[in-house]
Amino acid sequence: METISAASQLFQFIVTGLTVGAIYAMVAIGFNIIYNVTEIINLAQGEFVMLGGLIMVFMHVTVGLPMILAFVTAVLLVTLTGMLLDRLAIKPIRQPSVMTLIIATIAASIVIKGTAMLIWGKSPYDLPAFSGRTPIELGGVIIQPQYLWVIGFLVVVTIGLTLFFNRTILGKAMAACADNPDAARLVGINVQYMVLLSFALSAAIGAIAGMTLTPIALMDYDRGAMLAIKGFGAAILGGLGSFSGAVLGGLLIGLIESLGAGFLLSGYKDAYALIVLLLVLFLRPSGIMGNFEVTKFKRF
Amino acid sequence: MVKKSAMALLAGLVIFGFSIQPALATYKVGAIFSVTGGASFLGDPEKKTAQMVVDQINRDGGINGEKIELIVYDDETDPTKCNLHAKKLISQDKVVAVIGPSVSGLSVAIIPVFEKFKTPLVSCAASYKIVYNEKTGKPNKWVFKTPQSDSLAVEAIYTKMQSMGIHKIAILTVTDGYGASGRHELLRLAQAYKMDIVADEKYDPKDADMTAQLTKIKGLAPQAIVNWSVGPTQVTVLRNWRDLGMTPITFFQSHGFGSRKNIELAAGAAEGVFCPLGACNIADLLPEDHPQKQVTMAYQKSYTETYNEPLSSFGGHAWDAIQLVVDALKAVGGDRAKIRDYLENKKGFIGQHGVFNFSPEDHNGLTKEAFQMVVVKDGDWALAK
Repeated sequence: METISAASQLFQFIVTGLTVGAIYAMVAIGFNIIYNVTEIINLAQGEFVMLGGLIMVFMHVTVGLPMILAFVTAVLLVTLTGMLLDRLAIKPIRQPSVMTLIIATIAASIVIKGTAMLIWGKSPYDLPAFSGRTPIELGGVIIQPQYLWVIGFLVVVTIGLTLFFNRTILGKAMAACADNPDAARLVGINVQYMVLLSFALSAAIGAIAGMTLTPIALMDYDRGAMLAIKGFGAAILGGLGSFSGAVLGGLLIGLIESLGAGFLLSGYKDAYALIVLLLVLFLRPSGIMGNFEVTKFKRF
Repeated sequence: MVKKSAMALLAGLVIFGFSIQPALATYKVGAIFSVTGGASFLGDPEKKTAQMVVDQINRDGGINGEKIELIVYDDETDPTKCNLHAKKLISQDKVVAVIGPSVSGLSVAIIPVFEKFKTPLVSCAASYKIVYNEKTGKPNKWVFKTPQSDSLAVEAIYTKMQSMGIHKIAILTVTDGYGASGRHELLRLAQAYKMDIVADEKYDPKDADMTAQLTKIKGLAPQAIVNWSVGPTQVTVLRNWRDLGMTPITFFQSHGFGSRKNIELAAGAAEGVFCPLGACNIADLLPEDHPQKQVTMAYQKSYTETYNEPLSSFGGHAWDAIQLVVDALKAVGGDRAKIRDYLENKKGFIGQHGVFNFSPEDHNGLTKEAFQMVVVKDGDWALAK
């Protein structure tokens, strides 16, 4: 085996970092969608990722549906879970303060995790890679085909959401709720419906993240919390509420982790990401792409 | 007349009731396992195994006619809960001995409770710190453990490496108690076995990808990699190793790799990987005259029949722990101090993970021979030559 050159090592770190970062970015986007409409940090976001992965495994491996069909059913089921979360845990709260709602999402995440444990048990599950496991070699850099799927889905999700929020009435209505819920209500937007929609959307994106991640890292019932923390970090780094910020934040955290592990001590790779996060927050409290003027109007 | 016979019946019932009272008395044995939480892959098979063994013994008439009652608590891999359960078992449930916990960190955390309340604990976790008090340089008086210490696994791996002519290695460990303890032993014993550790990399228990660490190792071109982790990461790391085209670098896993499920999950990437395993992982492969052949085959059969799932070697640690307690109960009855003394001097106990020879200096009772070096071949274990 020939040794690896420093340049290809660097590119390898970047490729890995971008892939892991893309997952964080998708989780961060999920946080942002709900945050924008409701000002809630949905701490069950990681659970959507876990559910997406495990339901896809169930549909594809256990039930035997073809990949695409399994993908669609899994997205739909997780979306449904997201909508149920809103209807069962968020909407019924009588005098909602942001804090009680956030606590409700914590409760929901525990329920979802526990249910997943009862259904799937505690062992990790594998999913066949979407287009085989033969790695692609590019000038000494090894790329798993699944990496491309992960990054590809991030691109699709980002473009899709940009179009949705800028070009459709529904998307603009949601954005209006995000800007000012009272004014949105005055112009006839059904805010509760928009909240439901935001949960559905972010559940679907979480599910996609989970399904693309599973062939790389397996999936077990316990994975959600860690992904939620990383995704939340990405959302904060990029600026809570900003989609481009979420993508940037996610990719940055992934890159820092990977480069940190590669060039510095790998034991501290989470610390490197956190140090950068803290530095950014010192210099720009609203995050890289966040707007400080806007955050002043938010309750949380 | 009717009244008289009713009285007689009542008296008879009372006397009969009293007379069967002693037979109803049971030996209460406590168990704390991480049935849920991060270490559930350990606690789940351990709980199932202990319950199965106790049920079998009770079905066969118990110990000298007395039944065993196993009281199992789930510590959820949480030290606080583990501590509470330990105290509850000792003071409220009044058990004669406790088996578990599943995790090293938790086992170490509750040692003081057992030392204070003078109750025997047979831990199912690996770290040598459980049975070694750094202040006194001797084992903790009331604490025993059944799994092989990490140091034995490291010795088994290094011995194998020496025979293969490997001396330049990279180590890769997970940043939890298991990985940290393994890393400590790998570094500590390296010199004695003349191993040159060129890379010392780490990753998180929930990490999705270890390509970065492996790429760095690839640049340093060691002869072998030792990975020390449990859970999904030990599978992911193998896939990354294979995908990066690093198979010419021999891969050693720790004894935590001991489940066929891992080979399956690695989807072909486990081929050629070495790992030291206790006999119960590879019961079928053992030669007929192996001392543990009989017990391991019997355990495998009853476990797979009872739970309809493949055996996990971690369950074997609970088998050893509960059988040791049962053995002590048979010999000396339900006195905590007598059980402790009996365990400390027990020799030649044939368990799932080795032949145990306890002594006042050694509360684990195993040597590196408790490990068989196996290699993954055609998707299954094979004894390494």
